[in-house]
Amino acid sequence: MTPRTPLIDRKGWIFLAVLAAFCLAVPVLNLAAPEGSGLHVPTYLVSLFGKYLAYALLAVSLDLVWGYCGILSLGHGAFFALGGYAMGMYLMRQIGARGVYGNPVLPDFMVFLNYKALPWYWYGFDHFAFAGLMVLLVPGLLAFVFGWLAFRSRVTGVYLSIITQALTYALMLAFFRNDMGLGGNNGLTDFKDLLGFSVQSQTFRVGIFVATGVALALGYLVARVMTVSAYGKILIAVRDAESRTRFLGYRPEHFKTLAFTVSAMMAGVAGALYVPQVGIINPGEFAPGNSIETVIWVAVGGRGTLVGAALGAVLVNYAKTVLTGVMPDAWLFALGGLFVIVTLFLPRGLVGTVIERFGGRRAAAKLPPEPEIAPERVEQGQGA
Amino acid sequence: MSTDLLERPDAARGPANRKRETEALLYLDDLRVTFDGYKALRGLSLTLARGELRAIIGPNGAGKTTMMDCITGKTRPDSGIALFDGSHDLLRSDEPAIADLGIGRKFQKPTVFESHTVADNVLLALKGPRAAFASLFGWRNRVERERIDALLETVGLLAHRDRPAADLSHGQKQWLEIGMLLAQDPKLLLVDEPVAGMTDAETAETARLLRRIAGEHAVLVVEHDMHFVRDLGCRVTCLHEGAVLAEGSIDAVSADPRVVEVYLGR
Repeated sequence: MTPRTPLIDRKGWIFLAVLAAFCLAVPVLNLAAPEGSGLHVPTYLVSLFGKYLAYALLAVSLDLVWGYCGILSLGHGAFFALGGYAMGMYLMRQIGARGVYGNPVLPDFMVFLNYKALPWYWYGFDHFAFAGLMVLLVPGLLAFVFGWLAFRSRVTGVYLSIITQALTYALMLAFFRNDMGLGGNNGLTDFKDLLGFSVQSQTFRVGIFVATGVALALGYLVARVMTVSAYGKILIAVRDAESRTRFLGYRPEHFKTLAFTVSAMMAGVAGALYVPQVGIINPGEFAPGNSIETVIWVAVGGRGTLVGAALGAVLVNYAKTVLTGVMPDAWLFALGGLFVIVTLFLPRGLVGTVIERFGGRRAAAKLPPEPEIAPERVEQGQGA
Repeated sequence: MSTDLLERPDAARGPANRKRETEALLYLDDLRVTFDGYKALRGLSLTLARGELRAIIGPNGAGKTTMMDCITGKTRPDSGIALFDGSHDLLRSDEPAIADLGIGRKFQKPTVFESHTVADNVLLALKGPRAAFASLFGWRNRVERERIDALLETVGLLAHRDRPAADLSHGQKQWLEIGMLLAQDPKLLLVDEPVAGMTDAETAETARLLRRIAGEHAVLVVEHDMHFVRDLGCRVTCLHEGAVLAEGSIDAVSADPRVVEVYLGR
């Protein structure tokens, strides 16, 4: 047997250990430490941390396609939002007759907009299992169809990034429409309970925080299984020399579509876990800016490292929380500045730089190529 | 127009689409390629037997690389016939399908997967099912180390098996690419300028290696280095302006006055 890369390497163990400790400590400090004591973690913070973890899962999903396959998706927020909407639809159905208008079937916004019956695509969302399936299937199917068409037509690089951006923008415009039957501008909100737990309750808040942590760990492991296998090696080969893989008999479009689809499902799960913690999902989640922010998290943490993506998401969002509290107007400048600084001085991101310095030559060679400031790409395998 | 198509169905489908078969491994007939008005191939015809070693020479722009592009599906000719191994029509297949038929290619500029170790480069080239799911959990994750090492031994890179391919010298990358070709175990190897940038000793070693490979595999080598071509000791085809100018033994071809005129110089 050829020596295989371990499924969980050293940085993976550190990541999982820190994540486990975090997911254990926060609930304990929330539930057991008495309020008012210095150790107590208030419930709103638990949800804030849960939100970070959902973002971290989104970042890992983006890193799977960007870091290992060279697909710079500027529309990953779309898959996140679709997963969020699927969860939101379930939560809306759970409200039942407790809405303002007291309609046992129709959500408030439908009563308000004079809907007479539930649109067909809302059927089934009163069942958690069905909604959970849709959290995976809707983003997955969209990514599969979109990816298949784009990759088969050999759309790559900047052009692919632009159409992913267009995808999320188009979805945003579509979801803004009231006719879409998904709450239009206001989206879905005023949730009451999930699987019988009140979404406001402390138990639920702690529970979903832990669930998000578990989902992040699982998402990381799925991405690892994919990237350390022969499949992952071919994915990296496609990233670095796509046309060469064709002459070896591989069909890069198949490899890319699979990674893109799995990644979109992972993003969907992140969105589904995010929505109950923030209490709302609206078309703003499709905004192109959100997807670009995700790219920045991954760039800061380090592309092609998975752990770095999660770390970048948590760090940048923590900085966002702090900074928007102190100087709300400065955040976008800080974010833009951060991206410029990372691109110029830390092109491999935080974790990528550590691997480059201390990880050994073999690990460093696997990292994605540094971003080109002035791209002068020569098509691989182009004989003169 | 439409009546014309109805009357001459054969012509409408084009000569390449008629059911044809070949005894030879590779059969090229009257290939024509035009790039923006420039005629890169003007009726190139060539046959290659199973297991044959053949050298292709010719001045720059003679169409050597374009010919390889046509065979591997990178370029689609305007007209002509390209058959492989019986009745496989190369002009109707794309690159992965052609690779799957058993045609491997080494590029002029060595293109190995730089991020991967030498051993992994060979692993990815190994012949076998290439579906995405098969690589996720399938056989390619359970390849015996010995199988890869045997191939690396053949191309003299065993000592470098765990180094990233990016760290190899130019000549070593050339050899790694030949090793990847061997791992593919194709019926036909297309080798574009294998000794560019190699030392004399490495060049001689490469000629020995290619002679050894031939027989089991057919090998088509494009090369400018006449010493190397002589070392190969095989039939030589000289291309000029997109067609075959001369074909025969190295002595016969290099004595041909037209070859001397356009290529070797007086």
